[in-house]
Amino acid sequence: MGDVFKALADETRRAILDELAERDDQTLFEICSRLAMNHGLGSTRQAVSQHLDVLEEAGLIHSERRGRYKFHTLDTSPLAQIAERWHPKDSP
Amino acid sequence: MKITLLSIFVDNQDAALAFYIEKLGFLPAADVPMGEHRWLTVVSPEAPDGTQIVLEPSDHPAVKPFRDAIVADGIPFTSFGVTDVQAEYDRLLAMGVTFTQAPLVQGPVTTAVLDDTVGNLIQIAAMAGA
Repeated sequence: MGDVFKALADETRRAILDELAERDDQTLFEICSRLAMNHGLGSTRQAVSQHLDVLEEAGLIHSERRGRYKFHTLDTSPLAQIAERWHPKDSP
Repeated sequence: MKITLLSIFVDNQDAALAFYIEKLGFLPAADVPMGEHRWLTVVSPEAPDGTQIVLEPSDHPAVKPFRDAIVADGIPFTSFGVTDVQAEYDRLLAMGVTFTQAPLVQGPVTTAVLDDTVGNLIQIAAMAGA
């Protein structure tokens, strides 16, 4: 599995996660429209596709081919290792 | 210069005609036998003298790899204007139409993307106040 920290250390990849948190099963086309319209990010589809590969290697998203289309879905479970490594202090 | 025709490659002309008429609500325009296939067009009832869509056979070998690649990424081949994307989405979904993108509101523009069952993704779009 790729490095979660490296995957998160990029503004465009964090914006992709923000948008995938809105709803599951997005195509590359939808992700690109959201980045352009909601974040003013004019990344090429090829660049976004490469960002998705990094996120998928880190386990932060899953892509699934269904019929002729490929959908992407957020998976926040790798983020648990951050809380396990640095336990959040209990609130008073 | 005017835009009179827009060609869309379709896997099956009969199935395409059925979808574009029965689901999308277009009207038949031309239907002329041309050897193995037909010169087959439809037009919008909202603009009967406007641009016709040519439902063109997709049997050229270059069509499949091109379409497989753009469809996999969810990229629509073209876009049609509607007044209410959510209403069209609800109507078409109830008729069994598959969408790869549910309605997405982005500022003044709302879009959705559907599968035309004959090889293409089609976007429907509305501009607020248009």
